Order: sequence, then structure tokens, then C-alpha cells
Amino acid sequence: MLSSPAQMHVPDGFLTTTVSIVLWVLAVLAIVVALRRVGNDLGERQVPLMGVLAACIFAGQMLNFPVAGGTSGHLIGAALAAILLGPWAGILVLACVTGIQALIFQDGGLLAMGSNIVNMGVVSVFTAWGVYRIVQMAARGARWGMIVGGFAAAWISVVVASMAAALQLAASGASPANVAIPTMAGVHMLIGIGEGLITVGALSFLAATRRDLVSHDKTAAVAGRGVWIAGLVLAIGLAVASPLASTHPDGLERVAADIGFLDRAQSSPYKIFSDYMIPGIHNQALSTIVAGVVGVLLVFVVAYGVARMRRGANTAS
Amino acid sequence: MHVHFLDPYQDLRSPVHALDARVKLVLALVFILVVSLTPNGAWASLLLLFAVAVSAVLLAGLNVGYVLRRAGLALPFALAALPLVFTAPGARIELGATGISLSQIGIERLLSIFFKSYVSMQMAIVLASATSFPDLLQAMRAIRLPKLLVAIFGLMWRYLFVLVDEAMRLLRARDSRSGALDAARNVGGSISWRARSAGGMAGNLFMRSFERGDRIYDAMAARGYDGEVRSMRHPALSAQSLRVLVAGLVLLSVLFALPRLFA
Repeated sequence: MLSSPAQMHVPDGFLTTTVSIVLWVLAVLAIVVALRRVGNDLGERQVPLMGVLAACIFAGQMLNFPVAGGTSGHLIGAALAAILLGPWAGILVLACVTGIQALIFQDGGLLAMGSNIVNMGVVSVFTAWGVYRIVQMAARGARWGMIVGGFAAAWISVVVASMAAALQLAASGASPANVAIPTMAGVHMLIGIGEGLITVGALSFLAATRRDLVSHDKTAAVAGRGVWIAGLVLAIGLAVASPLASTHPDGLERVAADIGFLDRAQSSPYKIFSDYMIPGIHNQALSTIVAGVVGVLLVFVVAYGVARMRRGANTAS
Repeated sequence: MHVHFLDPYQDLRSPVHALDARVKLVLALVFILVVSLTPNGAWASLLLLFAVAVSAVLLAGLNVGYVLRRAGLALPFALAALPLVFTAPGARIELGATGISLSQIGIERLLSIFFKSYVSMQMAIVLASATSFPDLLQAMRAIRLPKLLVAIFGLMWRYLFVLVDEAMRLLRARDSRSGALDAARNVGGSISWRARSAGGMAGNLFMRSFERGDRIYDAMAARGYDGEVRSMRHPALSAQSLRVLVAGLVLLSVLFALPRLFA
């Protein structure tokens, strides 16, 4: 019952100490910024609320629905928290959920907790919130914005978070990148569908019963430019890292070995995955990366432009 | 129904239970750090660390079989590391005439990951089973976690079981209305219908939590809550706890140094 819906909680032992500590630092930075933002903008009323909502997300992960062949879809809740609470409070709530899962239920390691907070708290919350906002702006308040945005936010956040976890495993030499990233992303593309459907169901329910919880005027003002930049950096980072990592499965390991925390590699006489040995792959990886970065930049420029125009139109009218 | 069975804390009398929560938290974290820093394939050191973890289990009076079983929970995750056996570089082991060859380094790394994960998990279980959550919260404050964060943790813990109860009530209500959750018989319409109804439950849970959060805030405000979370000052570490802390840290630094001395 308490088994995590998605195998995304990285246990201890899988990440190298260096990777774990770097991610802990990132997690602490994100939490400190989130605490400051929540403290400034939302005030004391939020403390009991966030405690209860963290418990709610934890309990909500028990909700499931049967799919087929004995499998079931689960709620993970990062997207729901991001959409309903905004990114900063969302990060705090998810960090607390991850913390309790690791400390009390051993769902995810203690040294690996930084990584889990970054993946499930920071990466998925920012991604979900960014995607939802973009769709909302495009929809201009139409109802389909909530449905499409909710589904897309939940699905993309699950997939991106799993890719972040796979990338960390690959950087630790715990799994070859050309296997870990496609596998994790592939599995979570399926899991994400369940998450998306539940998130949409929850949003429609709330829109019918407590419309004030779903309307976005408060959280939109809270976020501001920092979130846009963070989302952009995250998206570009993953756009660069993923194709690089999966076309050069040894690339990350080589970096790790050079730094000195992996056994030094020797050339192997036999390879099962030999496709990345094809000459010219450098250019291919490079072009994928360039295309990814350009695509991400374009999306953000368009989204930002739309947001600006909307704001202008609102103040003018 | 009350779901206190979720709480892994076991109320026993043991030296580990009696130990100051701050010392336990720090020692458990340092232990897991040392496990993580132990080089792959340093089997002697890993066995010693395993022995330390089992000793902690015994000292805490926990059922060894239970801890060993429960510590295996994370092992399915090791599937992610399985391909290393084939892809890692280094000397190969040919598997007869099958044409498949395994990497020695890959096997060593996979087994080390298994073992490290397993041993770390044991210590985490000892920590959770021998420390009550309020004590753990105090320890978190003592190691300078932000007050606001600890306050959220505390409130989350206080309402965790209430909300898990609520979630289980929702699930029970659905099960009793649709017979049972039986995917084979396609109970309750299409998948998307089922997903939407699960979503409705999640929304419902969220709404109830939101309203509960408001009520809790009002109740707290009526009792003088002003945004500042005050807690009792924790007493200084006793000489006994300090001795245990120092002894534990010395032991762990020896375990940290061993594989480096004999490498």
C-alpha cells in the first residue's frame, strides 16, 4: 500500500556521494528560496495549511484506479500541488512529503533525499507550473485550458522528473545513460497518463465545488520572473543533457571517472550497445542539442510574449 | 478505522530508544554517508558496515528478520543498475558459447550498489523504528533546520493519519458502490471514467484538506498563534549521550579510513 506509485524515489547506495551532496545543496537552496517567498507573500496563514496539504498529498498517493491486467494508475500529486498552490508553496509541500517518505517509510534514501526533493519537488513542480501557465495563457481562461493544461502539466512533470532521476543515476555510474534515460522516460510516459487523468479529474471537481481554489490570480502574482528563468534553465538543461547522455552513454561516466570517483575505464573488447560508436555521432548529438535549445527558447519567447500582450490588454481595457 | 499501523515506531525499551534523538539522527546520517563513501568492491569494509547495522538492530531490540526483510524493499530499484553488467568497461567474462559477455567491473559495481542500498536502508529503519516522530522533530530543530519547515513537518505528521483515514474512507466508499476494484471485469465504465472518478476523489480530499487547514489556522489563531512557532528549548546533551556520539563517530571514521588504508 505504501509502495511508491512510481519507482522514482532513489534509494541510498545508487548515487555517488558527490552527486548526492550537489543535489542536497540544490534542494536546500530551493527550499530556502521557497521559504522566503512563502513567508513574504503568503504569510502565517499558510503554515498550518501547508502541513495539512502535505499530509493530503501523502494520503492522496493512495488513491488509485484500475487500468488493466492488475495494474493501476496512481496520483503523485506534484502537478496538482503546483497548480493549486503555486510553485513555491508547492516545492515546500512536496519537499515535506518526500522528507517524511524517506525518514519514516524508507521510501527513498536519506543521503539521496536531496536528489528526490530536487526531482519530485523542484523539477516536477516548476515544470508542471510552467506548462500549466503557458496553456492557461494560450486558452485565455477558457475551460479547455484547465483540462489540457492540467493533463499536460501532470504528464510532462512526471516524465521530466523521471528523466532527471535517470540522469543522476547515469552521472553516478549506477546505470548506463542510454538505457536509464529512455527506460525511465518510457515507463513514466505511461505512468504520466494516469497522473494526468487524475489531475484533470481533481481540477474539474474543484472547479465545480470551490472555484476560488482553481483561479490563478494570487499564485500568478507570487511567481514572477524568477520562475520563468528557473523553468527555462531547467528545460534547456534537460534538453542539452538528455540527448548528449543517451548518444554518449559513457560521456557522463567519463566525466565521473575523470573526477576520480569511478573505477578507471579500460577499452572493452566487446560492446552490446555499439550504436554510439558510429562515426559522425558527434554532429548528430550536437544538432539534437541545438535543435532542443532553439525549440525551448522559442516556446518560452512565444509564451512570454503572449503573457506580456495579455497583461497589456488587461491594463488597457 | 485508524491507521496507526503505518507508523513504524516501535515503543520498546532499549539503549537505542533511550539515546538522545539528536545523537541518533546524526549517527544514522554519518553512517549512511560512510557507506556511500566506501569504494565499490571493498567487501571487507562493507561487511563490517553490515555488522554495525545488524548490531544497531539488535541493540534496539528490533526483530532482525523483520528489518532484513523490510530493508529489501528498495532492491527492485536495482533493476536500473542491472544493464551495468553488460555495458560497463573492463575485463569481460564470457558466458560459454552464448556470445554474451559480462563486465567484471559492472558486476562488482552492481553488487556494491545492492549491498550499500541494503545496509543504508537497515540503518534508516533502525532510526525510524527507535525514534518517535516528535523526538525526530526536536532533533531536526537542533541540527538547525529552518523553523518554518520543521513546523510544516510537525503539522503534516499530526494530520497524516487523519488524512490517510479520509483517503481510505473514500476508497472504501467507492469499492462498496462499484462492487470491488476489479480491472478484469471492467467495473465502473471506461478507464478514463475510472480515472476521472479517482480524480474526483483526489479533488475531494484536497478540498477537505483545504477547509481543514483553514479551520486549524482559526483554532490556532484563537489560541494566540502569530506565525511564530515556539517550542520547548531542548536540553543540553547529557555526558552519556556525548560519549555515545563521540564513540560512534570514532567507530565510523575508522570504518571510513579502513578501505583507504588497505587499498
